[in-house]
Amino acid sequence: MSGTSMIARRRSRTLATVSTLFLITWLIVAAFPFLWTVWGSFKVESDFFSRESWLNALFGVYTEMQTGAPFTGDGYYGAWITRDFWRAVVNTAIVTLCVTVISLTIGTLGGYALARSGHRYAFWILIAALVFRAMPHITLVSGYLLPFFELNIWGHLATSIVVLVAINQPFTLWMLHSFFLSIPKDLDESAMVDGCTRFQAFRWVVIPVMWPGVITTGLFSFLLAYNDFAVTAMLLSQDNQTMVPKISSFLGSIQEQGNVMFAVAAVVSATAPLFLLVMFFQRQIVSGLTAGAVKG
Amino acid sequence: MPHKTFLAFILPAVIAMLLFIALPIVSVIVQSLYVEHEQVLEEVENCGPFGCTTEVRVDAEATAALKSADPLGRFNGLGTFFNRSHLAVSEIGVILADNDGLGDIAARIYNLPFYKALLFTLSYTFIVTPLGMILGFLIALSVNSVSQVLKGPVIFFSLLPMIITPLIGSLILFWMINSQGILGSALQALFNDPTLSLKASTPLTWLTLFVYGVWTAAPFSFVVFYAGLQTVPGDTLESAMIDGASRWERVRYVIIPHLGPLATFVALVQLMDNFRVFEPIVGFSAEANATSLSWLVFNDLQGESTQLFGSAAATSLLTIAGVIVLLSPVLVRTWREFSNKA
Repeated sequence: MSGTSMIARRRSRTLATVSTLFLITWLIVAAFPFLWTVWGSFKVESDFFSRESWLNALFGVYTEMQTGAPFTGDGYYGAWITRDFWRAVVNTAIVTLCVTVISLTIGTLGGYALARSGHRYAFWILIAALVFRAMPHITLVSGYLLPFFELNIWGHLATSIVVLVAINQPFTLWMLHSFFLSIPKDLDESAMVDGCTRFQAFRWVVIPVMWPGVITTGLFSFLLAYNDFAVTAMLLSQDNQTMVPKISSFLGSIQEQGNVMFAVAAVVSATAPLFLLVMFFQRQIVSGLTAGAVKG
Repeated sequence: MPHKTFLAFILPAVIAMLLFIALPIVSVIVQSLYVEHEQVLEEVENCGPFGCTTEVRVDAEATAALKSADPLGRFNGLGTFFNRSHLAVSEIGVILADNDGLGDIAARIYNLPFYKALLFTLSYTFIVTPLGMILGFLIALSVNSVSQVLKGPVIFFSLLPMIITPLIGSLILFWMINSQGILGSALQALFNDPTLSLKASTPLTWLTLFVYGVWTAAPFSFVVFYAGLQTVPGDTLESAMIDGASRWERVRYVIIPHLGPLATFVALVQLMDNFRVFEPIVGFSAEANATSLSWLVFNDLQGESTQLFGSAAATSLLTIAGVIVLLSPVLVRTWREFSNKA
């Protein structure tokens, strides 16, 4: 064996070690905050925010002293029952479900039309959608508030749903447009040669094969509605708040003892569905993120 | 597709976008030209045992009546755009006319709220975007070389910082860097400074926000670059290897050029997303040391009784102008490609 190849092999082994160490570091950076907060949410405030030692959060010294057990569900009880977090959960469920379903329904129709129309205006609609996609949401909110007050539609769940559907449209249109481009034109056109109208062709030929793209797009619509803060914080009244603005309003009264743990418990509760989502739909999320990139 | 069918299919989506994206922009433009009514003052005579005094006070009823009769406020033209909270034209004139050198100019302009927010927004956008992309690329390279069995769990954990609600993600990190949290106390021990607090100074707050930004932005670049790596032609890599290219040279001359177009796409999406940075400022309670354009709008709208619609609208329009400047290279390029095709 020659000297150079030994050096090369040694160098590639060093490189492999460095790359593995780097990956392990990244995984800790990516996952540890979540694990730590989930663990800490079952402790009392003086353990999770310990003035003495971070080990208290690990072993729950004060939690044991105050509640008699190393873990406590007090934060969850306080958030869900005392502070009515369950109501925010129900509101979030309503908002995200409605936004996802409505966005997908009108987005599918629109995305299909954009993919099959060769006219110049289809291009312009896509460009306008790109510009709209870049608008910071809060700038649109500043346009809504005054008219919504005047029309007396401020504060309702329905208003937020419609607004989120609209804000979501540019992205949905782009994504479904590029997805429908990947479905061969011949499929629906041959159905039309056989005497179907465009709508019948869509209904009987395209809809049965479009589900992978629709599910992927739906995941992102869901995430947009679920993760939104700007729209729901400004457009919903106190009673109708969804989870994210509700958590931020917990922080307003942070001085009271124990309230921080309510917020921690609420944060963990709101994170759990996202965990499940990634767990079950990891492949769709990855393919959705890359679809726009690889094709566009 | 005939125009009529096209219209039937796309109408709901277009109506939604016109009503709730295009029309609000018009509403923002109109609102930015108006400013809140002045409070109605009245003179009241207070007569007591020692004679009468007149005092001026706010007539709350008349003010409210004026507000409900004319909710937009009074016409102010472009006044709001040029006032101290926005472009601050006259303040800048004063600073430029009378100052102690460049450092003084910079410091005093930085004290104007709009420029302060603009500087942070731009720094955040142009620091977090490239760093997030580099980190994402490195993660993609290392994930690509781990065994097939491990890839699933590794990707799962790597996705978490991206998928998390921004406000919640920043809260989670904020609690950890709190001086009583695990990272905060670890840093205090590391630097042997029990008063060290990341919230206390402007540079440290900025640094924290940038770290959060890279943490949450990297997974997107990672996923896209990782997918791109799967499409690198094996033959090219192999022939590069036979030609004696080292691992680094293969990355430099084969992989990076192959991923070039993807990088443009990632950069575009990340620039748009980072420019609207807002939730981390709320989550990290960083507004004393770092504000962004979006946060300024939020702050104007948040006031309980005195929402400054005019001011918020003016900042919104300036932000939208920023977005268009940011997007302009892409728009111009798309337009050229399209007109070449046609």
